[in-house]
Amino acid sequence: MQASIATISAQGFTASFDGLPAVKGLNLEILPHERLAIIGPARSGKTTFLRSLNRLNDLSPGFTHSGKILRDGKDIYDADVDVTLLRRKVGMVYATPVPLPWSIYDNLAYGLRLAGVHDRTKLNERMEASLGYAFLWNEVKDRLHEPANVLSGGQQQRLCLARVLMLEPDVLILDEPCSGLDPISTAKIEDALVALKQKYSIVLVTNNTKQAARASDRTAFFLLGDLIEVGPTAQLFTRPAQKRTSDYLTGQFG
Amino acid sequence: MWVLTGITFAVLLFILAFILVHGLPHVTWTFLTQSPASMGREGGIFPMILGTFLVAGLAVVIAAPVGVATAVYLAEYTREGRLTSVIRFGSDCLSGVPSIIFGLFGFVFFAITLRMGLSVLSGSLTLALMVLPTIIRTSEEAIRAIPNSYREVSLGLGATRWQTVFYVVLRSALPGISTGIVLSLGRSISETAAVMLTAGSALRLPHSLFDSSRTLALHFYLLSREGISMPNAYATASVLIIVILALNLLAYALTRRFAVKAGQ
Amino acid sequence: MKWDKWIRAVLLVVALSALSGLALITIFIFREGVPIILRVGAKGFFLSTDWEPSLGRFGILSMMVGSLLVTVGAAAIGVVFSLGLAIVLTQFSPPGLSAALKPMIELLAGIPSVVYGFVGVVTLVPLIRHWLGGPGLSVLAASIVLGVMILPTITSIAIDALQAVPRSYLEGSIALGATRWQTVTMVLLRAARSGLVAAVILGMGRAIGETMAVIMVAGNALDVPHSLLAPVRTLTSNIALEMGYASGDHRQALFATGVTLFVVITILNAAALTVSRQRAGRKRAK
Repeated sequence: MQASIATISAQGFTASFDGLPAVKGLNLEILPHERLAIIGPARSGKTTFLRSLNRLNDLSPGFTHSGKILRDGKDIYDADVDVTLLRRKVGMVYATPVPLPWSIYDNLAYGLRLAGVHDRTKLNERMEASLGYAFLWNEVKDRLHEPANVLSGGQQQRLCLARVLMLEPDVLILDEPCSGLDPISTAKIEDALVALKQKYSIVLVTNNTKQAARASDRTAFFLLGDLIEVGPTAQLFTRPAQKRTSDYLTGQFG
Repeated sequence: MWVLTGITFAVLLFILAFILVHGLPHVTWTFLTQSPASMGREGGIFPMILGTFLVAGLAVVIAAPVGVATAVYLAEYTREGRLTSVIRFGSDCLSGVPSIIFGLFGFVFFAITLRMGLSVLSGSLTLALMVLPTIIRTSEEAIRAIPNSYREVSLGLGATRWQTVFYVVLRSALPGISTGIVLSLGRSISETAAVMLTAGSALRLPHSLFDSSRTLALHFYLLSREGISMPNAYATASVLIIVILALNLLAYALTRRFAVKAGQ
Repeated sequence: MKWDKWIRAVLLVVALSALSGLALITIFIFREGVPIILRVGAKGFFLSTDWEPSLGRFGILSMMVGSLLVTVGAAAIGVVFSLGLAIVLTQFSPPGLSAALKPMIELLAGIPSVVYGFVGVVTLVPLIRHWLGGPGLSVLAASIVLGVMILPTITSIAIDALQAVPRSYLEGSIALGATRWQTVTMVLLRAARSGLVAAVILGMGRAIGETMAVIMVAGNALDVPHSLLAPVRTLTSNIALEMGYASGDHRQALFATGVTLFVVITILNAAALTVSRQRAGRKRAK
């Protein structure tokens, strides 16, 4: 049973840490079932924006914001929003794989158990589906009760992907998920994202412009906290509208 | 340099061997289960075993939950800042305060002001206060050692603060926390000065928490200092050392087992 | 998610009670001890060697000297052995061996102080009396026994300090052609210096607080010791020996002794903290 995908849009969103803005006046929409890549040099606000989508930034001391991020028209920063529910709807994968120090099974089951689902059949069903989407099922189906950290880096990252899929969010946000992975693992994750976009919207932050070119439908270019331009990937890469974008893409800076 | 190392361990082994060789022969089943007679010259040490168990055990039963809860609050629910540094410094200082001073406090506050008299209760409350800073400190360190990424992952999956603390942090910090608790238990069992002043030195079997009771360490001290019975002194010390050895082994095994379980 | 708020509140209450309980002890001891210091006067309390409770005289100087001598002696012995041990364990021994030896050091820390005192009385004291003269119950005996007792403390902190030195320093030194030993003395020890100093200071803090073992081997005479072989009474022993039968002013004077100890130990802890902060500060400046 698939929940309908929300539309997410940032409207005039500014995020600051101790008064210094990391993202300024952002207006960006995330369309349902798209793969949106966010590129840009370091310190451009890419990660900050991602972490605002599931309000992980709330944890950082000194974080303040203005503007809105709307899910289906409602600002996620409203006082009556249940943050834990929000976070289940937004599945985040980090740059470094972070398997919790438990078995593969427990890692995957954690999210659902938190939500009160303990029925083994249900858990197993979801697990098989999620691992399937992450192209990890065949590799681990016989060793679900082994510790997760004996897996290789690429496998761990796919595990982290499967882990968020268990909760059936509507948006997947991935923060440089393939940094540090070998090309084969990278390819596997990119393939997984292609299949996943049938079910979810995907936001992918990457430092690797070639990956953005390969693995996204639209691309947004951030520079020092501002959104410089956003558009269909093929177009942005071949005929960018802004000079700064073409400078970045041709390696004039970065 | 190796000579120094050799000397150090030789000393350790010597101390252990010295006590055990002189004392183990006298540790019989009757010794362990009988009460002492004629001021400890004859008979056994059962009341002391019970007394030690009660005083030290109760101390840790009180201090452990309180200490861990405090550590959790400090590490997870407060921001790192001046206040936490001050608290940490204070608790470091208190863990360095000589036990005799805790004994002083316990004597005047619990035994006299609160009218608990020289009793198991006074003794364990005093010891609980004495080991509390250590438990807070080791628990806090164990908790802070858990990488923040774990917490973020947990919160990102929709866990509340408390769920994260309970299911992720505490579960992973358990080895460090339990080691601290076991060490505190060891310290309570070895403690002499503070119990002397608060739990008293009655030779009888304690029938309630308000009865005075003598611990193994204190009994050993009195036997040897007053020259009452050397064989019994050695035997008491042997029992004491074996208990401590067992505790140390337990702490060691706990750390290893948890590490293995976590797949580290 | 109201659960969460409740739990947070409970934890706060527990934490506050624990912390205020500990603060209570500090306040209590000062409250009991400070008045008598004021009454007798700082000179009469700290600078007089005249401790005669029945006559109302409470000079703790001889015991302060006693504590000082014994602590410094213990530190001297402790430093040599602990640092040597720490260096051996971190630099020169194979990982298997050091893993096996570490628990043994913990074990040393777990042995009750009364056992140390006892073994000291029965073996060490006669040795001193026989070979060096004097009653055997002496500053020397106490220093040796305490030195052994604080060994685990100094060693484990020293090990942490040594292990915190970045490998790159050591590798850089060896790459320049220094021998292992030269690297240790010229690079490692210097880099870990503040941590090692902190270790010794904390060891001294432990030594000065030790009571039972000292009572058993130090002799407990009230005079200022004139040699290493003379008997001595420390601040802690004094409290333990007299508390049982003290009352009124006498008892308060013992509390005042406690206050003195408390202050000294706090200063030592603060010193250790400042010293190790210096190292961290220097590191961060990189």
